[in-house]
Parts: sequence; C-alpha cells; structure tokens
Amino acid sequence: MEKSIIVSGFGGQGTLFAGQVLAYAALDAGKYVTWIPSYGPEMRGGTARCTVTISDEEIGSPLTRNPAIVLAMNLPSLDKYEPLMQPGGLMLANASLINRKMDRSDVRGIYIPAARMAEEIGNPRLANMIMVGAMLAAEEVLPLDVVKEALENHLPERHKKTLPMNFQAMDQGAAFVKDAIAA
Amino acid sequence: MAKELLKGNEAFAEAAVRAGVEGFFGYPITPASEFLEYMAKRMPALGRAFLQAESEIAAIHMVYGAACAGKRALTATSGPGLSLMSEALSYIAGTEVPAVVVNVMRGGPGLGNIAPSQSDYNQMVKGGGHGDYFPIVLAPATVQEAIDYITLAFDLADKYRSLVFIVVDGNLGQMMESAELPPMRELRKEPPEWAVYGAKDRDPNILTSIYIDPPDEEITNIRLLKRWMEIEKNEVRYKEYDLDDAEVAVVSFGVAGRVCSSAVKTAREEGIKVGLFRPITVAPFPFKQIEALSKRVKRILVVEMNTGQMLDDVKRAVGGRVPVEFYGRIGGVTPFPDEILDEIRRINESEDAIEDGMEKVQWLERLEERIARGE
Repeated sequence: MEKSIIVSGFGGQGTLFAGQVLAYAALDAGKYVTWIPSYGPEMRGGTARCTVTISDEEIGSPLTRNPAIVLAMNLPSLDKYEPLMQPGGLMLANASLINRKMDRSDVRGIYIPAARMAEEIGNPRLANMIMVGAMLAAEEVLPLDVVKEALENHLPERHKKTLPMNFQAMDQGAAFVKDAIAA
Repeated sequence: MAKELLKGNEAFAEAAVRAGVEGFFGYPITPASEFLEYMAKRMPALGRAFLQAESEIAAIHMVYGAACAGKRALTATSGPGLSLMSEALSYIAGTEVPAVVVNVMRGGPGLGNIAPSQSDYNQMVKGGGHGDYFPIVLAPATVQEAIDYITLAFDLADKYRSLVFIVVDGNLGQMMESAELPPMRELRKEPPEWAVYGAKDRDPNILTSIYIDPPDEEITNIRLLKRWMEIEKNEVRYKEYDLDDAEVAVVSFGVAGRVCSSAVKTAREEGIKVGLFRPITVAPFPFKQIEALSKRVKRILVVEMNTGQMLDDVKRAVGGRVPVEFYGRIGGVTPFPDEILDEIRRINESEDAIEDGMEKVQWLERLEERIARGE
C-alpha cells in the first residue's frame, strides 16, 4: 500500500512541518517514507507545499501528479489539486480560508474551520496540526498516538512548551471529523 | 544503526564525514548549500578542516591542495559552480590525485534555475575540464544509495588516484527519506606514499600536471587511459528491475530512474512486460550490460531530465539492434510517473522502426502536446 499526501498552503502556515511530522511518524511506524518540498526562491506569503509518500515497499517516485490525500490550507491549493486528485481521494480544506466546496463528487471533501479553531485554542499557527488530526481521523494513514509521539520527538526545543496545545489541536481536528461522520 | 529520516544533502555530508573526509572546501549554491552548512558545523567539531572559500574556483583549488597533501578532500556544488571549477578538475586529474566532487544538479544552461535537473550528464561523464582524462561518475537515486556511494567514492578515488563525481539532482538533495548511515570510520593514520607533506628522511615526492616534453605527457596519458580501462573492467555498477522476461526495457538514471520504477510497477500490474535498467556508474557506462539487454528486448525507452545526453551512450551500446525511444523533461521539470507510464503503454504497442535522430523529433512533438495540456 502506498499513499501520497500533499500538504499545501501559504508560506508560514506550517505545511512543510506538518508533512515532516507525518514523515517521522511513518518512519516510526516501520514504513518507507519520502518527504519532498517544493523548494524555490520563496518567502512568507508565497506558496509552500510538500509531498509525503508513505509505503509498505520501497518508494519509486517521490512526487505524484495525482495525490490520494490533500491538506489544502488555502484556496489556491484547493483550486490546484481538486482536478488532480485520485478518484476516491480525500481533500481536507481549511474552511476558514476556503469559501467554496469542491465540484467533484468522486473525491471526499472535509471542510474544517482550522484557522478559527486554532485561534480558539490560542494560537493561529496550530491550524496545520488541526488539519493533520482531522486527516488521521478521516483516513487510515497512521495511528494518532504515533504521530503525537513523532511530534514530541521532533518539535524544536524552543517550541516544546507548545506541545500540549499541538496535541489539543490534533485531538480537536480528529473530533471534528468524527462528529461530522456521526452527524 | 537504525533507519532515520534524513535530509538528502545533510545525509550526503554526514556520509562523507563517516567515510573519513579530512577537508571540506566549498562555496554555497542552491540546491547544494545544506551540504556546506552541515559541514560548517560538523567538521570543526571533529577537528577537521572546513573552509567556505571566496569562490568555487578557490574551493576546488583547496581540494586540490589537500589531495596533494594526502588528505581525503571534498567539495559539493551545482552546475554553475562546477563550470567554474573545470580548470582545477583537469589539474587534479592531470596530477593523479584523488578527490570527490558532489554535483547537486539544477536547471541550466547559464544561471538557469534552482530546480532539479540532469543536464550536467555530459559535462560530468566527459570530465568537465580540458585534456584526456576519465572521471568516475556515480549517480545514486535514493538517499540511501547516495550515502553508500559517497562512501564508495572515497575508496575508488584512493584506489585509482582518480576524480570521482557524485551526481544527484536537486530532488535528492532537498528531500527527506528513511535511510541508514554507516558507522564512523577511523581516519587514515598514514598519508599515501605519493603525497607531498614534507620529505624529512626520504626522497621528495613530486606531484604535477606539467609534462613539458610531449613524450612524457604521452606516457602520462597512456597511464591514465590504462587506469581507466581497469576501472571500466572492475567498477561498472547498475540496478535492474523486472527485466527477466521484459520485452520493453526502460533505461534511466538517478531520480528519473526511480520515477520510472514507479511507472514500471504500474505497467506490470497492467500486464505489460517491461523492466528497468538503472545505471549507477554513468562513467564507466554499462555498455556491455545494455548491449546484452538489447539482444533480449524488443524496444528500449531512455528517460532523462535533459534533452537526451545519456541517450547517445545507450544508442552506442544498442548499436541499432532494436529501436531506442526517448522521453525527457527539461529545464528543471521532474517527470511524474504517469508520463512514463503513457510512454511505456505506447511503446508496448509500437512496432515501428525509428530512423536515427527521429526519436528526439517524435519526443518533442509528444512533449509539446503535453505542455500544451498544461502538464
């Protein structure tokens, strides 16, 4: 089984780090994994995205045209990846910044007000972890506790005090999806 | 050692450290800069030499000097930096001292861009500089392979007193992948017997690339060529996937090769008898192996992130036995697996002969259609 996940948004939204947390967790879970950023002469406010591929076998291409899962942190990301997604794929949209639904009916859409929820927790920069928590609840990619452990192990020392808030963000993202499914 | 999630450039640098590199001299350039940044912290902490030079030209001359003194020396750069280094590369080869140079290739020519590319293939396999010499060129496709082949690069450099290039593209330099680092080797205790480091109690060694008298230079050239012939005999390396019963063979190196491996896997699931041949040494090139391959398959597809530089080597090996097709993305664009899959499907159905040179004309038509579709 091989899953390709794209995390895409504005620079500063923590897309690259969210992807890295998933990659570290995949490694801890004994999977093959690649993480590859779109790198370029970019700055805060520009586009920042990464592709994470998680597999039970050795990984060929680290890049994919047709992702299985997309975490769209902003509208340009949804616009870009909606037509490219695999049928049956999962699109998680940061509904705080994305004011439309997808046109495609063969892709599962989850619209989560991640930026607003992050502000309610007390830090708008937690939106990425809300999206990650939501994704893990919506699709069997990795167990939430493995991802939490990866975050704990790889969060830079200076951010360690934000660990409880990050966990809370993941939990709330997961809870949002579970409620949405139950409803 | 356990597997870790390692960033390409940093892993390459640490692999060089563990292989026993004693001096790193470099100048920053995207997409290779993390290599230098990592060395800036790591080398002084180990009491080894690190120096950010004032230019690539200075950096490679420092590598040259350290190599002459019998130290394991290294630099890492990208295309524009490599071009600046060309003169000293030739001097290193002419002086017959070992050195390792990593080229994290980016889009060109000229300043080009910082996106991944394989457009320095010819520059690297032909040596980069002037004169008759033959560098070893290793083209890993994964972070793990890069770690393994950087270790090997130092051994080959020492064994043959040769220049060894590692060519990767920006994808591999920038990506993170699970890989395992080797244990730290002990540094060499004694310098090689040819090195110049002070001649107390022995006759002086002389290292030079000047042979004013043509017969002397001729003998030197013969020595270099014979050494290269040994390398060609002993050091060809490659990887094969699904080739046992293949009717179509894809030949591709580096990251393009691993993109092809994804396409081959999908094509196999569709029942297409296709396999992949991935050269790891692009110099010495696996001519004999590809010649043998061309006797077993019906058609060959070469895939590169350039306009078909390795294609010429593959065609030489195939010798017109079967049609050789080409597909490439250029200018810093990395192909996706679906593009290669389309090519494999098309080629699997095709029985047309291809007139020499037409493989590129036909490729360009297909590529321009693809670009027009926004891909």
